[in-house]
Amino acid sequence: MDVVKLALLWLIALVAAYAADQGNDLAFRVHGLIIMLVAAALFVWQLRRTGDARSAPASDVYMDGPVRAGVIATAFWGMAGLAVGTLIAFQLAFPVLNFEWAQPFGNFGRLRPLHTSAVIFAFGGNALIASSIYIVQRTSRTRLFGGNLVWFVFWGYQLFIVLAATGYLMGATQSKEYAEPEWYVDIWLTIIWVAYLVVFLGTIINRRERHIYVANWFFLAFIITVAMLHVVNNLAVPVSIWGSKSVQLFAGVQDAMTQWWYGHNAVGFFLTAGFLGMMYYYVPKQANRPVYSYKLSIVHFWALIFLYIWAGPHHLHYTALPDWASTLGMVFSVILWMPSWAGMMNGLMTLNGAWDKIRTDPIIRFLVASLAFYGMATFEGPMMSIRAVNSLSHYTDWTVGHVHSGALGWNGMIIFAMIYFLTPRLWNRGAMYSTAAMNWHFWLAMIGIVLYAASMWVTGIMEGLMWREVDDQGFLVNSFADTVSAKFPMYLVRGLGGVLYLAGAGIMCWNMWMTIRGYERVSQPVSKMTPPAGDTAAPAATPAE
Amino acid sequence: MGEPRKDDLTGRETMGHDFDGIEELNTPMPRWWLICFYLTIIWGIGYTIAFPAWPMISGATAGVLGYSTRGEVSEQIEAHEAANAELVSELVSVDLAAFDPQSDLHRYAVARGASVFRAQCSQCHGSGAAGAKGYPNLLDNDWIWGGALEEIARTVRHGIRNETDTDAHWSEMPAFGDLLEGDEISALVDFIPTLPVADWDSPGGVLFTDNCASCHGDTGLGDRSQGAPNLADAIWLYGGDPDSLTQTVTYSRFGVMPAWGQRLTEADVRAVSAYVHALGGGE
Repeated sequence: MDVVKLALLWLIALVAAYAADQGNDLAFRVHGLIIMLVAAALFVWQLRRTGDARSAPASDVYMDGPVRAGVIATAFWGMAGLAVGTLIAFQLAFPVLNFEWAQPFGNFGRLRPLHTSAVIFAFGGNALIASSIYIVQRTSRTRLFGGNLVWFVFWGYQLFIVLAATGYLMGATQSKEYAEPEWYVDIWLTIIWVAYLVVFLGTIINRRERHIYVANWFFLAFIITVAMLHVVNNLAVPVSIWGSKSVQLFAGVQDAMTQWWYGHNAVGFFLTAGFLGMMYYYVPKQANRPVYSYKLSIVHFWALIFLYIWAGPHHLHYTALPDWASTLGMVFSVILWMPSWAGMMNGLMTLNGAWDKIRTDPIIRFLVASLAFYGMATFEGPMMSIRAVNSLSHYTDWTVGHVHSGALGWNGMIIFAMIYFLTPRLWNRGAMYSTAAMNWHFWLAMIGIVLYAASMWVTGIMEGLMWREVDDQGFLVNSFADTVSAKFPMYLVRGLGGVLYLAGAGIMCWNMWMTIRGYERVSQPVSKMTPPAGDTAAPAATPAE
Repeated sequence: MGEPRKDDLTGRETMGHDFDGIEELNTPMPRWWLICFYLTIIWGIGYTIAFPAWPMISGATAGVLGYSTRGEVSEQIEAHEAANAELVSELVSVDLAAFDPQSDLHRYAVARGASVFRAQCSQCHGSGAAGAKGYPNLLDNDWIWGGALEEIARTVRHGIRNETDTDAHWSEMPAFGDLLEGDEISALVDFIPTLPVADWDSPGGVLFTDNCASCHGDTGLGDRSQGAPNLADAIWLYGGDPDSLTQTVTYSRFGVMPAWGQRLTEADVRAVSAYVHALGGGE
C-alpha cells in the first residue's frame, strides 16, 4: 500500500513538474509548481514513515483533530477574506489604491473574486466542514467514518483554496460569479467533495441513534446539492490539457440561467442550509434548551430545499431570459419567505426560558444577532425578487448591502459563535481567555454591519432612482458618472464598517491564541466588607472577565 | 434515545429524542406561520395564472393579463414617442443655420441632446463636457473643426479620423521625430508656448515657419478646415508643458471620434449638436 502511495505521489510530482515547465499560461505553470512541491513534500513524508509500525486508531473517541485544524483555518481565511474585502471597499472609494506597481495582480477586478471566494468558500467552507464533522459525531454518537480520509478532505480543500486564490490573481478565471476557478481546480474540488460526502454519510450510516438529528439533514442537503450545482455549472472543455483556459458547455442565456441556478443555490445550500445545520446544534447546546418545534423543523427543511432550487431566475429579471422563467423564479422566491423564517423562529424560540443569557453569555448574543440578520435577509431577499422592486434594486449597491447583511450578519456572526463555542472544548480549556474581548468583538462587528448595510441601502436606492430618473419628455436626467460621484460618501462609510468588522475578527484571533496557548485570566473578586444586615444573598462571585 | 417527557418551562412534551443532550419539543407549527405560508402559495398560484409562467411543450403559458416585460418597455417608449412626435418631425427638418435659440423646438432639442450626451458622450468628454486629455473641452470657444451649429452637427454625424465613415474629418500631423533633429524639436518646444507674442527670428521661430505654419497658420492661430488646433491660446488638448509638447511634436497625435450618425437617429444627432452648441462656446 505504501509503495502504491509513493508511486502515485512520484507520478503526480512528475506530471506537475512537466506542467510547470510546459504550461501555456502563467497561472497553469505556477499551479504546476505548487502541486509539484506539495506532491514532493508528501512523497518525502510518506517515505520517512514507510515501515513504521502504526497503531490502529482508537475507535471509542471522537476524531477532533480535523475539527481543531478546521477552526484555525476558519479564523485564518476569515482574516484574509475580510482584509481583502476592506481593501477593495476602499479601492472603490479611492481608485488610486489600484496601485500602478501592483498591476495586474492588485487590480480590483482580480481582488474582488479573491474576496468573495475567500469569505464564502474558505471562511464559510472551513466553518461548515469543521462544524459538520464535529456535530455529526456527537449527534450520531459514533467516531467519524473513513479514518484519515477526513484529513484528505481538509488538506485537499485548503489546496483547492490556494489554487483558486492564486489563480484569480494571475488572471485564471472562467468569469462565472462564485464559480471562477478553472477546470482542473473544479475537478480537484469534485474529488474532495465526494470524499467529504463519503466521510459524512458513512458516519450517519454508522450512527448509534435511531433518528438522524435535524442538523445532519441540513448538512447532508448542503453536501449533496453543492456537489450537483458544482458539477453542472462547471461543465467545460479545456482548450488544452496544459493550459488553464476552458470553454463553457452552455452559451448565451442558457449559460446565464445555469450560472444563476448555481449562484443562488450557492447562497441557498452553502450559506443557508449548511449554516442552519450549525444553528440547530449550537443554539440548543449553548442555551441548554430543547429545540422549539420538531414539526416545524421537518416542514421547513423540506419546504426550504424544495423551493430554493427554483429561485435562481430572479437574478435575471429584465434580461434575455424569457418572462415565464423570470416569473417562476420570483414566485418561488416569495413562497420561500415563510420556510426561511421558520428556521429563524425555531432558533429564536429555542431560547424560551433562556432569554436572560443574551445579557450574560456573549455566544448566545452572537447567535441571536445572527438569527436576527437571517430573518432580515430572508425577508429582504423575497422582496427584492419581486420584478417591480428588482427593476429598482438590480445592479445597484442595494444587492451588495443585502448580501452583506446576510454574510456579515447571519454567516459571520454564527461562525464567530462557533469558534467561541468550539475553541475551549477542542483544546480542553475552561472558557475563552477573555469574555471582555468577546464583547468588544460583538459590538465592533454589530456596528460594522450596521454601517455597511445602511450605507449600501442608501446608496443603492439612490443610484437606482438616479438611473431611472427621466424628465417629462422621457429624457434621462443623470449620467452614469453622476451616480458614481454621488456614491462617494457612502463608500467611505462602507469602508469604515469593514474596518470595524475586521478589527473585531482580529480581537477574536488574539483571544483564540491566548485560549489555545492555555493562558487563564482569573479575576479576583473584590473583597467584601461585612454584608449589611438583611442582605443574606451570597456575595456575588465576579464572573471571569 | 429517551422517553418523551414534559418540559416544565413550556409545558410541552418532548419527542423523546436526545442528541448529545439536545431534546426537541413537540410544539405544533405556529398557526399564523402556517396561514402565511398557505397564503403565499395561493398568491403564487394566482400570480402564475395572471402572468407568463408555466413552460409547456412549445412556448409557455402567456398569463391572462397579457403582460410581458418587453411589452411594458415598448409601451412606455411609444407613449413618449407619441407625445414628442410633432417636435421630432420639426427637429429633423429645421434649418440648423437658422435655428432660433428662443423657440420651443430649441428648448426641446437641448433637453433631448443633454440626455443623449449623458448616455453617449460623457464617457470621453466628461459628464460636465469639460473634456480630458485628448478629449476636447466643449464648454470653451476653442473649436478644432468649427463651432457653428451645423459644423458641430457635421462632426457629430461623421466623426473624426474613424474608419467607418468616408465623410469623417481627416487630417494627419506628421511625426516630426522622423523629420527633425532632437535639438530642433527642443527649439520648437521652447518656441510654441511663446505664441502669439513670439520672436520669429529665433531658431524655433524659423523652424515653426518652415514646418508648422502650413497647417497651424503663419501666426499659429490654427486652421479649422484641416483640424489644426490654435497654438496661440492657452488651451491645450494634450498638454502645453514641455514633456507633452515634445511627445506631440515627436510622435504626433491621432484623436479619433466615432461617426454618431451611424449609431443615433437624425433627431438625436441634431439634438446633441444643439446641446453642445448651447453649452457656452457655440458660434
